[in-house]
Amino acid sequence: MQTLIKQQSTIGAADRRTVGRVTVENPRIRCRNVHVYYGEKRAINGVTLDIGRNEVIAMIGPSGCGKSTFLRCLNRMNDAIDGCRVTGDILLDGQDIYDKRLDVVPLRAQVGIVFQKPNPFPKSIYENVAYGPRIHGLTSTRSELDEVVELSLQKAGLWDEVKDRLNQPGTGLSGGQQQRLCIARTIAVGPEVILMDEPCSALDPIATARVEALIDELREHYSIVIVTHSMQQAARLSQRTAYFHLGDLIEVGMTNQIFTNPRHRLTEDYITGRFG
Amino acid sequence: MNNRTDIRPGSTMERVNANLARRYAKERRFRRMGMGAIIISLLFLTLLFSSIISNGYSAFWQTSIQLEIHFKAETLDPDGSRDPGLLSAADYSSLVKGALRGIFPEVKKRKERRKLYALVSSGAAFRLRKMVMSNPDLIGSTARIWLPADDDVDMLVKGYIDRDKPEAERRMKDFQIAWLERLQREGRIEKRFNTTFFTAGDSREPELAGIYGAVMGSVFTLLITLALSFPIGVAAAIYLEEFAPVNRFTDFIEVNINNLAAVPSIVFGLLGLAVFINFFGLPRSVPLVGGLVLTLMTLPTIIITSRAALKSVPPSIREAALGIGASRMQTVFHHVLPQALPGMLTGAIIGMAQALGETAPLLMIGMVAFIVDIPAGMMDPATALPVQIYLWADSPERAFVERTSAAIMVLLTFLMAMNAVAVILRKRFEKRW
Amino acid sequence: MAGLPLFKHPLKDINRLIMHPSTLFFTLAILCAFSFWIGKRRALTIADGQIRNLHSLPGYYGYYATLWCAIPALTLLALWTGFESNIITALVIRGLPAELQHLPADHLNLMVNDIRNLVSGNIVSGEIDPAMRAAADHYQNLRQISQAALAVVALTLSILGTLLACRRIHKAQRARNGVERAIMLFLIGSSSIAIFTTIGIVLSVLFEAIRFFQAVPVGDFLFGLKWSPQMAIREDQVGSSGAFGAIPLFAGTLLISFIAMLVAAPVGLMAAIYLSEYASKKMRSITKPLLEILAGIPTVVYGFFAALVVAPFIRDSGSLLGLDVSSESALAAGLVMGVMIIPFVSSLSDDVINAVPQAMRDGSYGLGATRSETICQVIIPAALPGIVGGLLLAVSRAIGETMIVVMAAGLSANLTANPLQAVTTVTVQMVTLLVGDQEFDSPKTLAAFALGLMLFATTLILNMVALYVVRKYREQYE
Repeated sequence: MQTLIKQQSTIGAADRRTVGRVTVENPRIRCRNVHVYYGEKRAINGVTLDIGRNEVIAMIGPSGCGKSTFLRCLNRMNDAIDGCRVTGDILLDGQDIYDKRLDVVPLRAQVGIVFQKPNPFPKSIYENVAYGPRIHGLTSTRSELDEVVELSLQKAGLWDEVKDRLNQPGTGLSGGQQQRLCIARTIAVGPEVILMDEPCSALDPIATARVEALIDELREHYSIVIVTHSMQQAARLSQRTAYFHLGDLIEVGMTNQIFTNPRHRLTEDYITGRFG
Repeated sequence: MNNRTDIRPGSTMERVNANLARRYAKERRFRRMGMGAIIISLLFLTLLFSSIISNGYSAFWQTSIQLEIHFKAETLDPDGSRDPGLLSAADYSSLVKGALRGIFPEVKKRKERRKLYALVSSGAAFRLRKMVMSNPDLIGSTARIWLPADDDVDMLVKGYIDRDKPEAERRMKDFQIAWLERLQREGRIEKRFNTTFFTAGDSREPELAGIYGAVMGSVFTLLITLALSFPIGVAAAIYLEEFAPVNRFTDFIEVNINNLAAVPSIVFGLLGLAVFINFFGLPRSVPLVGGLVLTLMTLPTIIITSRAALKSVPPSIREAALGIGASRMQTVFHHVLPQALPGMLTGAIIGMAQALGETAPLLMIGMVAFIVDIPAGMMDPATALPVQIYLWADSPERAFVERTSAAIMVLLTFLMAMNAVAVILRKRFEKRW
Repeated sequence: MAGLPLFKHPLKDINRLIMHPSTLFFTLAILCAFSFWIGKRRALTIADGQIRNLHSLPGYYGYYATLWCAIPALTLLALWTGFESNIITALVIRGLPAELQHLPADHLNLMVNDIRNLVSGNIVSGEIDPAMRAAADHYQNLRQISQAALAVVALTLSILGTLLACRRIHKAQRARNGVERAIMLFLIGSSSIAIFTTIGIVLSVLFEAIRFFQAVPVGDFLFGLKWSPQMAIREDQVGSSGAFGAIPLFAGTLLISFIAMLVAAPVGLMAAIYLSEYASKKMRSITKPLLEILAGIPTVVYGFFAALVVAPFIRDSGSLLGLDVSSESALAAGLVMGVMIIPFVSSLSDDVINAVPQAMRDGSYGLGATRSETICQVIIPAALPGIVGGLLLAVSRAIGETMIVVMAAGLSANLTANPLQAVTTVTVQMVTLLVGDQEFDSPKTLAAFALGLMLFATTLILNMVALYVVRKYREQYE
């Protein structure tokens, strides 16, 4: 323990610059020098990172390292939190999403989010999926809406399981089904980026496997940013991995490189299980 | 697949953007409705307070008329014996009348004279009697004394009677107004602080009516309520929170408490009438019965808040005490109760404030009588402050509107003070475990 | 100073002082303190000054003795004062001349009241005849005897109790357990008061209501369309039986409550929504206490305000529009009652809305919903059972509200749905029937209890349903 603390402190501030290539070609989201504060406390410390098209990028790191905070910045879910302040630039397709003139409603339609705990609305399965298209006015007739709901449930791999009970409450499904319902709900709006905040942490291994398979399929069409606690999951799902530590982005790289040959001492300590 | 059902990534933005203006308009409308609801409530609050205050503040001043009173020995004490019995039976109103005649010697007709005498309150004679009784040496002397004016005069001076109205439609006739104007010119009319309002009991004459009797009635009633409901409420809360086994009986008690908290207060009045007055034969109109009824009414509030206070004491404290061998009773009384007491007190004050404002059950048990005397104990007939407000609100005299409002101001002051104490207590002792 | 009344009859005053209940109470308190000291000393003596020889701390033996000293005496005191007046009255009636004894019950009641008034020195309704004067003296006499006897018996009991307790104290005696058991009984007794109150309400209302229904058939009461409870003073008077059809009262109550809910439900709900979902922290911290002030204002103040400001305003603005508005319109009472209930609705809805998990809001915002869409389509549907429960409680309050309607609604029992006319309510009639001088056995007074029964039953059902719904709702999110 003693030595560990020493090691950490010897690495120090000088060594907390991000290691690895943070940029990609033709990125979907471009983050530059992002700081996030909760009141006086700094939660994210100058993160610069690109998120590419049709890739799954995993964010790993010990608890409280800021990975969820960072994720929630990408569709401004932090707006609702009192005293939360974001500086730096986050550009979605070249458009600054923290621009005062920018509207969060269409932004969130573009950048969807799936939460840690499945949170279906206390409505029927159908209504859960139809909610997004309805509020955004994406369809004009009932049959169109039916079509969107079916399509989204199919994409989420849930259609076969629920097609006979669309009118039953979404809260009656199992945990894994609920999470896929939430994914279907997100897809129904037609986003380009999907943020996932530890989507499997509340699920059992079998349900986790199904959701992981789904994420793998979705990669074809969407950019996916996934925060995870499980390094195996990051390794299985993602092309690139970013390692966060106490609000700093420590290392970014191709997933297999990060897991086999981390270049930063902190990343190595985390991967090899010395803390976390 | 047509365009409308296309939900491929990014394909929907055009449609989303097209609907934005409409959705934001709806959002603004909704937000304005919420704001409107708040504004309506606060507007009403302001309206209520401003109308009460603008109607009531003037009651704290009472128009007085200065008269040269000659304490004639031949009227008060013809044989010079200074016997208190004779002194108290003497005709003091003739002194007032004489003084008025002295100022207006030209008023001769009987009818007009009566109007002239009516300028001064009928309570003036009582005041003179009190002065003489406490200081018999006044007899034979002459003094300039401020005496309360009649309520109609008071209303006129305060501007509540419209002088521009046709004479037939107002209570003060032109010649009376002329008298008053003369008195005013001579500096004999003044608005003085209305001590009567705070020191007298009820009266049919507005200028002699005060809230002291009703306040004392409320005080006695609340003393009984507090003395009974706080210990009983706390004991019930302790039992339910700390000792009660989970069974039907406990459930039944809880259902009862929750229901009683929502039973209309007038029903408690019926209970008091049927049980305390008719069955136990306690007298009507006394603070004792009022206190008993209000006790039953406030108990649910006190029990519920006391339970919340007990719940907020962390179990670790109980475990610590039990761990060193204290009995459960000792644990509760030595360790849990002291921690929960501020919260319980807060609840008790809020319950008392509720009881102070309660009127309906007191009507049922007869605390609405017209009572002039100041109650001296909990077995004397009494009213309570809110009941006094109700009684005055029913009186036709314009001057009672003013006094009702003033009594409401006093009542609200008491209530706000109690609530402020409760808030301070809560803030002061609020602990974060 | 010779004229001071205190010295006029010194003996009588001292006598009164001794007999006074508070003196007895005070003496008992001193005795209790004394018994505590005795009990404690006794325990210490037995233990030879070694506390460890005792089962409990010495103080507990003191409490033990105090309990024995106080409880029997206090029980006696309570029973005695409870039944004294009834027994004495019965004795006095028995002592009355025979022709007076055979008067009808209500006349007898009236006379007993007069006798009591005579005793306490109040104004008597009729003139005083010698028989009544004698009865009053008799009453006075009996009461003095009773007070003196009570004092003697109570004090004896407490001394005996103390002695008995002291004799029972020995080393291994579990005084603490005994004392704790007594406290426990007190605790249980205190919590059972809620049950006894409910039983008391039910019984008192039910009994009188049954007596009422013996005079007036239930059907006439529940379905009659005419309410005019004027009873004849003499039996031979014309139209001696009043009409007790309660439908106009029920209709009036519902009309006013409906108007009140029309104000309170939307305004209270919207205020709660605005405060919990839109308002900044600062605004909340200012607005919430202000709304609480609205909740803390006594109803009599609202009633005064309704009668003084709102009713004339509505009447005047009605006549501007050419409407004929009664000066005691249902609208005025309903509006003000609605305002009174706003904070009630808003605080209940606020609780319910805050119980909706944040995850629901996140889910909706995450899809790009605006606030109003989130509120209307996610939060309110999720909170609906709780909101409905809260509204039911509010309705129950509106139905049972008394002072506003007494002061601002009329007495005329019109059967109308026009809010501009005067209507009367159940509570108004209860107050009118029971305030002022009344005889206790006329259907007129008993009618108030029948109305009370209806009121209690209705609000009880509403409360039960509401509390059940709210509890189920809370369990869902816990």
